Amino acid sequence: MRKIALENIDMLFSAISDKMSLFLPVDQNDGKAAYTKWEEGKKWSCALNTVKSPKDFFFPQTEDMMEFKVDGKNIEVIDTRKASEDFVVFGVRACDVRAFDILDRVFLTDPCDSYYATKREHGIIVSLACTRPSETCFCTAFGIDPSNPKADVSAWKTEKELYMQSNTEKGEKLLKVLADVTDEADEEKVNEQKEQISSIMKRLPLAGLDTSEFGGGKTDEFFHSPAWDELSETCLGCGTCTFVCPTCQCYDIKDFNTGKGIIRYRCWDSCMYSEFTRMAHGNNRNSQKERFRQRFMHKLVYYPENNEGIFGCVGCGRCLSRCPISMNIVKVMKALGGKENE
Amino acid sequence: MQKITTEQLIEKAAELMNEGKVASVLGWEKGEFGYDVTPGIFGSVDELKAKFVYGDFSAANLSKYLVKKTEMVQGQALVFLKTERKILIFLKPCDSYSFNQLLTEHRFDREKVYAVGVQCDGMVDIEKVKKIAGDGLLSVDTSGNDVVVKTLYNGDMKIAKADVLAERCVNCKSKKHVAYDELLGETGEVIDSNRFDEVERIEKMTPDERFAFWQNELSKCIRCNACRDACPACTCEKCVFDNPKSGVENKSPANSFEEKLFHIIRAYHVAGRCTDCGECSRVCPQNIPLHLLNRKFIKDINEFYGDYQAGAEVGSRAPLVDYTVNDVEPGEVFDRGDENA
Repeated sequence: MRKIALENIDMLFSAISDKMSLFLPVDQNDGKAAYTKWEEGKKWSCALNTVKSPKDFFFPQTEDMMEFKVDGKNIEVIDTRKASEDFVVFGVRACDVRAFDILDRVFLTDPCDSYYATKREHGIIVSLACTRPSETCFCTAFGIDPSNPKADVSAWKTEKELYMQSNTEKGEKLLKVLADVTDEADEEKVNEQKEQISSIMKRLPLAGLDTSEFGGGKTDEFFHSPAWDELSETCLGCGTCTFVCPTCQCYDIKDFNTGKGIIRYRCWDSCMYSEFTRMAHGNNRNSQKERFRQRFMHKLVYYPENNEGIFGCVGCGRCLSRCPISMNIVKVMKALGGKENE
Repeated sequence: MQKITTEQLIEKAAELMNEGKVASVLGWEKGEFGYDVTPGIFGSVDELKAKFVYGDFSAANLSKYLVKKTEMVQGQALVFLKTERKILIFLKPCDSYSFNQLLTEHRFDREKVYAVGVQCDGMVDIEKVKKIAGDGLLSVDTSGNDVVVKTLYNGDMKIAKADVLAERCVNCKSKKHVAYDELLGETGEVIDSNRFDEVERIEKMTPDERFAFWQNELSKCIRCNACRDACPACTCEKCVFDNPKSGVENKSPANSFEEKLFHIIRAYHVAGRCTDCGECSRVCPQNIPLHLLNRKFIKDINEFYGDYQAGAEVGSRAPLVDYTVNDVEPGEVFDRGDENA
């Protein structure tokens, strides 16, 4: 394990950014944190999390896939993929780290998505243990330990120091690069913090949220539940929950007519939108209720069914704090009959 | 001024339900943490008693829901399918302007609605509370003029409500209910607010500063459409941005030009119809002050055509769609743009 004094943290950032691009949460003018490329003078945010999740680094909101140039009867197909360089995403919380695993299972499974895979190969994730989780946090419901985040390098911020532990080959390489600015450390302070965090987690309002009612094989049980009517009744059909979600992975592929050809790009899609999965025969989810149900069934039933029981939600709480009508997965779980642990 | 309570609203709704006047109630539903109130439709007195809430976080403007809720299905409104009874809606003063504006645009059937105006003491912005109290809010309550919070990390706190009022309430334009069948609590007057101060500040910027300001704000947009979907003036059956045949349909901001255009086009589309209810900025997950675009239009309309408040009355002709011989000459508008440039 390595450590560095927080007062010297810029030395660490500078050492990383000498070698490759470094992205970390920085407070914006509205006080909210967003992942920003680090340069001298940028201050690492103390915020618990960013409004937008870090999924953008691997699955950007819009991404050119290829280009077609038309010249008479000839069509030229141009590969628009750029060579990726290594980069570091720093300060990723345990929930968002798990989200990468959820996306991996979608994009890296045969047929592997090369756009996603390339970025994933070049991205080095440094996670950060949570010290002050919010009332909207419920990652532990999905078996995530916020005191012990995974990723290439795990980090813990104590009062005066940052501790780092590598978990992968990529992580080890990064810590070697940082050997000059960091010192060897023992685990005492980190273990202390881990204990503190676990005791806080038990006191969070959503600590008792139980997922055992949900999972694969429960489609029939929940699909026709009368609860969906009421839950979806005032949904605006906007895409906020899906766009701030670290695990929502649906996308659309569209052609942009440049006049001389086509740029084919993909962009995030949202099951909340009326045009979602619209096809030649029309739309298979015509009502907002059906679209609303899709989102939660996907997270709580369909995804675990196809992925060894792993849920498609990580309990980051973004939809809880950002939904314009404050409807969210916790309210859905409770209404569908999810029990609360004692 | 005495506060109006949740219980009074429930009592009123129950009374109207029991009398057979209304079949359902459009109101606000309790959440998990006190502040996460959801718009809800209540079908029974029991449901009201269990879930209804009216307080500092009943911020959502419910008027737009009437478009769907009184929609005709084969000649009959949804709420009329089983019964002749109406849907009850609670209206805060600013909601009542949207209510009127929707009526002006013939967007819902007034006959199917029973409107109860409710006194409003301003809504609290939870983000402002969190800035003072920090994260980890275990509960949020109001006591007199204070907001009382219990927090996980900073203990219990009492914050003056005035310090955490939502921006649109700090600059409240009217405490007057402009539409209702009956009133609960007091109604007030139109307020000579400072709501155009921020617009003036932006007007005084140089074009480059102004461009940088909006560039910075709008570049945060994630194109979730929450502003549009919450906006009571945005009630097109098929928005041009959702229509694949329109040629401008898009699910994401493809580039910075496009992301700006979305908001500017929307501001133009609601110009003269926007009541300045502030829902766009309230719901924006990226805290973009979208209401300032609309306020700029309102301010300009006031200056060019005389004071006009959309929704102040039903059936008023908005200056932009009402030609009079005294209308400002396009040249004057052009010159003024030049001055501001």
